[in-house]
Amino acid sequence: MAQEVRYHTHITAKHNWFDLNLKEVWQYRDLILLFTKRTFALTYKQTILGPAWIFLNPFLTSIIYTFVFGGIAGMSTDGIPQILFYLCSNAIWVFFSSCVTKNANTFTANASVFGKVYFPRLTTPISNVLSSVIQFGVQMLLVVLFLIYYFIKGEVSPNWWAWLLIPFVLLHMGILGLGFGIIISSLTTKYRDLAILVTFGVQLWMYATPVIYPLSQLGDGLLKNIIMINPVTAPVEAFRYAVLGQGTIVPSYYVISVVVSIVVAVFGIMIFNKVEKTFMDTV
Amino acid sequence: METNINNREVAIQLSGVKKQYKLGQIGGGTLQGDLQSWWARLRGKEDPNTIIGQNQRLVGQSFMALNGIDLTVYKGEALGIIGGNGAGKSTMLKLLSRVTAPTEGSIDIYGRIASMLEVGTGFNGEMTGRENVYMNGAILGMTKAEIDAKMEDIIEFSEVREFIDTPVKRYSSGMYVKLAFSVAAHLDSEIMIMDEVLAVGDMAFQKKCLDKMRDAAKEEGRTVLYVSHNMNTIRQLCDRCVVLDKGKVIFEGDVESAIDVYMQNKMVEAKVDYEYSKLSVRPKHVREDVRITHLKLIDKEFPSYELKEPVWFNMRIKARKAFKNLKLRLEVRYGDETPVGTVPALIIGELNAETTGNYKVRFDTKELVSGKYSISMVLYEVDEFGNSHDLDLLLPAIRFELQGDDELVWNHGAWGHVVFQEANAWKI
Repeated sequence: MAQEVRYHTHITAKHNWFDLNLKEVWQYRDLILLFTKRTFALTYKQTILGPAWIFLNPFLTSIIYTFVFGGIAGMSTDGIPQILFYLCSNAIWVFFSSCVTKNANTFTANASVFGKVYFPRLTTPISNVLSSVIQFGVQMLLVVLFLIYYFIKGEVSPNWWAWLLIPFVLLHMGILGLGFGIIISSLTTKYRDLAILVTFGVQLWMYATPVIYPLSQLGDGLLKNIIMINPVTAPVEAFRYAVLGQGTIVPSYYVISVVVSIVVAVFGIMIFNKVEKTFMDTV
Repeated sequence: METNINNREVAIQLSGVKKQYKLGQIGGGTLQGDLQSWWARLRGKEDPNTIIGQNQRLVGQSFMALNGIDLTVYKGEALGIIGGNGAGKSTMLKLLSRVTAPTEGSIDIYGRIASMLEVGTGFNGEMTGRENVYMNGAILGMTKAEIDAKMEDIIEFSEVREFIDTPVKRYSSGMYVKLAFSVAAHLDSEIMIMDEVLAVGDMAFQKKCLDKMRDAAKEEGRTVLYVSHNMNTIRQLCDRCVVLDKGKVIFEGDVESAIDVYMQNKMVEAKVDYEYSKLSVRPKHVREDVRITHLKLIDKEFPSYELKEPVWFNMRIKARKAFKNLKLRLEVRYGDETPVGTVPALIIGELNAETTGNYKVRFDTKELVSGKYSISMVLYEVDEFGNSHDLDLLLPAIRFELQGDDELVWNHGAWGHVVFQEANAWKI
């Protein structure tokens, strides 16, 4: 019975920082899909309006933005109809911020499952990003609806060819959001106060990103430089460039943003893998 | 029975495995707290986060849950793991199922592991049985295609076919366990790890599970690791057994000898005088206003009795608050932790606030056969509505041994530990 041993796991006390373990995550891809499906199915169970919330939420937010920032504060939207501008900005920002906030409590929220059975923990954050993608997709339907209306009226001229880049923008922001999210979640196993800080921090981050205002409205100065360095700025502007035909793309800053995202994600996965090994002893 | 034990394929190899846990508070828990402590230490001041009245900080102290384990598990064997509380059984399973990592040493696992430290991990009440099977299977490492192929077998084994498309929050706990076990049992894994999952579910299903696991080992050549307090299931399932004590392997060999070693090891803790005033010797969630502080076996130097000799002991109870109707339950267990019987309600009566009550208790052993026993004690109060509330628990409280010749060579495994005296036969 000399059966070839196909699976061999070697466990030691030592931790290899550079072993990202991505191959194993791939083996568990079905689990990632199931997690994604579950998040989606469970979010709207026992709600009256059900999945209608996916539309309602961004729609109401955008109306409020139109009132407060467009109406009261009188902020410019670069000639784009306000409601469309805010819907579009909101869709991409919510995608990013949900990648961060959903992943920020990965360890604490899943402690009961993680404490009982092993599977690559990275599957949970990845599935969170996927469910954010789906949510984004649904929101985009709303954006497209308004876009067609204003396009026919001749008020917007999207760069249709650039729509092909949207998946890359999503991938880029997904990686960045995942990276930040899992770094925070790794630290929250020890410091619970970070979890509280996250909601607040993400809110602030939004104002440091051209979400409710276009980058072009900032004069050349220190403020603009600061906001340009923000790694989320470049993809948000690129996204609006594609969808609305208005946006500032500076290639050098875009490259910096991509590099930062990859560094953050790799660093995030490294400490995530380190923490996942023993976090059960502290939680 | 195995002559070629050295030629057998290895399934799991543990070499010098140690696991250290830190005691007490681990860090401040908040960033602010840690920074404060760090700043105070830097200036040589007293740490503001030290608990007042605590002389030494527990921070930095640690204990070894596993202290150098070397163990080889062979392919196709059913290995039992036994040991007292805190011996390191659960820690070992946690390491093997990769829930946490060892502090030192290495573990090699040849094959996929299906670990069941708990049944129904990842089950979600809102989802149907079928959806949960997919979820649970995927968590345990199966692909969707594998689950599809096994779905029919899983449903068949689980005995919950008609409810498979109902949300599991409507399941009874028995159904829940059945479905969860079925998933784990049908994994294509080479190694199965089970931690007393069979404590739940009805007897018939327990037996079915044990059979399934035995088949897995005997017919399919899978390796089974089973941890239990229930020596009978160990006897039924395992062909080799390891005894753990204080983080070390103290015995490795056939099941009966292992159980003997385990019981012998337990008796080392046996004394005649027990001091129980500290809260720390009790399980969590007991009350602080009344407790049994002392137990002393009367006129004994060793906790050893002749057959049929009653066990007399003194008991001291300290109460901070007044109690009207105290009662005591004695739960008698055999050395291998199988329950023998219970004295349900010894009347203790009332106790005033801030007083100490001394009692003399007699426990009759005339039905018991020779062997090693332990008695767990539960102090409880019955309120005016007849409801009882547990106040103090000692698990176990005392241990003793009954020595002497039984009328027959007693087969504890099959006959239990009690001789029924009241039975007669007449020729008619």
